Amino acid sequence: MNSIDSDRTSDNTYDAIVAGAGVIGLAIAWELNSQGASVLVVDRDRPGAGTTSVAAGMLAPTGELDFGEPALLEMNTISAGMYPEFVASVERVCGGMLGYQRVGGLHVALDRDEAAELRRVHDLQIESGLRADWLGPGAARELEQGVSPTLTGAVLIEDDGAIDPRVLTAGLLEALEKESVEVRVGTEVTAVRHRHGQVDAVEFKNGDRINTRAFVAAVGAESGRAEWIPDEARPPVRPVKGQIIELKGNPAEPICQRILASERVYLVPRRDGRLIVGATVEERGFDSEVTAGGLHELLREAYRLLPDVSELAFLNAVAGLRPGTPDNLPVVGPTSIDGFFLATGHYRNGILLAPITARAIADVVSGGEICGPMSAASPARFDPARTGASR
Amino acid sequence: MKIELNGEKRQVEDGATVDRIVELSGADPASRGLAVAVAGEVVPRSLWPKTVLRDEDEVEVVTAIQGGAGEWQLGDRQWNSRLIAGSGGFRSLGAMSEALEASGTEIITVALRRLDPAAQGSVMEVVERLGLFVLPNTAGCYTARDAVKTARLAREAFGTDWVKLEVIGDDRTLLPDAVELLRAAEELVGDGFTVLPYTNDDPILAARLEATGCVAVMPLGSPIGSGAGIRNPYNISIIVEKAEVPIILDAGIGTASDAALAMELGCDGVLLASAISRAKNPALMAQAMKSAVEAGRGAFEAGRIPKKLYAEASTPDDGLPSLG
Repeated sequence: MNSIDSDRTSDNTYDAIVAGAGVIGLAIAWELNSQGASVLVVDRDRPGAGTTSVAAGMLAPTGELDFGEPALLEMNTISAGMYPEFVASVERVCGGMLGYQRVGGLHVALDRDEAAELRRVHDLQIESGLRADWLGPGAARELEQGVSPTLTGAVLIEDDGAIDPRVLTAGLLEALEKESVEVRVGTEVTAVRHRHGQVDAVEFKNGDRINTRAFVAAVGAESGRAEWIPDEARPPVRPVKGQIIELKGNPAEPICQRILASERVYLVPRRDGRLIVGATVEERGFDSEVTAGGLHELLREAYRLLPDVSELAFLNAVAGLRPGTPDNLPVVGPTSIDGFFLATGHYRNGILLAPITARAIADVVSGGEICGPMSAASPARFDPARTGASR
Repeated sequence: MKIELNGEKRQVEDGATVDRIVELSGADPASRGLAVAVAGEVVPRSLWPKTVLRDEDEVEVVTAIQGGAGEWQLGDRQWNSRLIAGSGGFRSLGAMSEALEASGTEIITVALRRLDPAAQGSVMEVVERLGLFVLPNTAGCYTARDAVKTARLAREAFGTDWVKLEVIGDDRTLLPDAVELLRAAEELVGDGFTVLPYTNDDPILAARLEATGCVAVMPLGSPIGSGAGIRNPYNISIIVEKAEVPIILDAGIGTASDAALAMELGCDGVLLASAISRAKNPALMAQAMKSAVEAGRGAFEAGRIPKKLYAEASTPDDGLPSLG
């Protein structure tokens, strides 16, 4: 351990330390910095190496809507509304464009059974006050000419959008650098020290010890097992494996204009001609192996939806771990240790929920409270002492 | 003298036997599911009248299974609930936990292919917390070899020799491959497994599976996840009529009346997953399924009236009604 003497020096003290340089952690640092706080970001790997690197980057509150999740819908919708300004604020500093686009989504039913399911979800979208239009086969194929001619119906969601999480990560990194916010890579947290129930320092594997009164754990699925998270602050987060495939097409002749989705697969077009095919949902613990069965399933369903995919070049296939929670809501906010904050558990919606999460964490770090829909993400809901629920 | 009965101090006469204590406990001595332990040692029923208690003895009288009317046997165990739940398709673990509790199920089937039993904080944690019996299945297997291998892995992973045997013939219909299924069943029974095969609604095949030594036969109502109900109730009736082992309707149930119908046809239980997990409100549907299974079984045991073409007044008009 290093010397305690250096503790009080000003360059060894930050208002906040954020562990995890994925989109969530970087967005939090961005927001904290813009509120005038001194921030250090650390990551055991390189930035965006975790779930961020395998996320498709759909910003789709309507397309992702499911039954029984009104609180999630509210967060997703508000965060989607924050995206244009969030992206613009980063672009103003980093100087590049992040490629955020409200491209829209077309959800397609390929047979009678799928049409019945799609109708059911469409009814829910309408009941929830969202914009979603039912299209017959002819109208749907006019919008997306490559879609399988066997389709029986589709729902057009004009409000859904997409962003490439890797481009967003690079933009955030550059903007943070220009704002002189340090992002330390290959830096692993070993302990978060607290005295009298208040965080006072963070220790690292390389022996460093840095003072702070606010620590934010934005480490995705790792938050369920990282040893340096004290038991009383540990969220019930589990890894939910997802495999995705990246294909390469010709940017001059995009294979589709919008996000295309069927019941079993989604396709997200990128401006550079790439097409993201996702994603499996597997309860396999911390296994992140790419499997033949997973790829087969994705490609088979992609081919059923958009036969032209067979002409695209194969770029790569990766598997990542979504941070899942028992109720599919994220875990964002203070814990029972003063100054120890969680920003994890975003499951399928991490990229989408980055702006609202960053705002909520910045608010609590500066002494405020989380109000509005993000209060449903409070870590306290899993605290058995307060809710009687078992972990 | 003083003893402790189920953790409570009680005064009893000197020389009291276990018989007497059972009477004091308020339990029905004739109930099959009753067990007595004195100082941590189980006392066999035959020794109850002869076992005299000593001062300060700690006695536990436990009702192993509630009631008597509802219980049924599957494999070497007694069960109360006739509803077996699947673990797939739930939107969240929280929704799954609520629904399983509402269903009253005691058995849950899980796919080894889709779930790592060692993974923490996952489906298995919910299963453990609710104290459910895990019935591993071989979902996703297309050959006998694959199914047998998966069953052996499941035996290791879950520490049980029970297996719900699925050998699928085609991924569009998910219908069983009868030939591969029978081969796998023979091999697994020979290997000491407690085998519950998911099969077509074919009475001949059901009889063949029973003959290989399967402890139950699980015919489908309609394809997995279709919610199309029981497409051939006549075949299910024939299977039930001929079977000596429990028949569990597996797959196809879409709503409560489907489950009730299965039970009215004489099935010993139903297995369902999507009907609950994909309902708009899974916990409410689970509660409805529980009621339906109980209602259907009740109707089966009560004995329905025959269907007739013409009316028959419930109070005959020739002769006097007996007013009571």
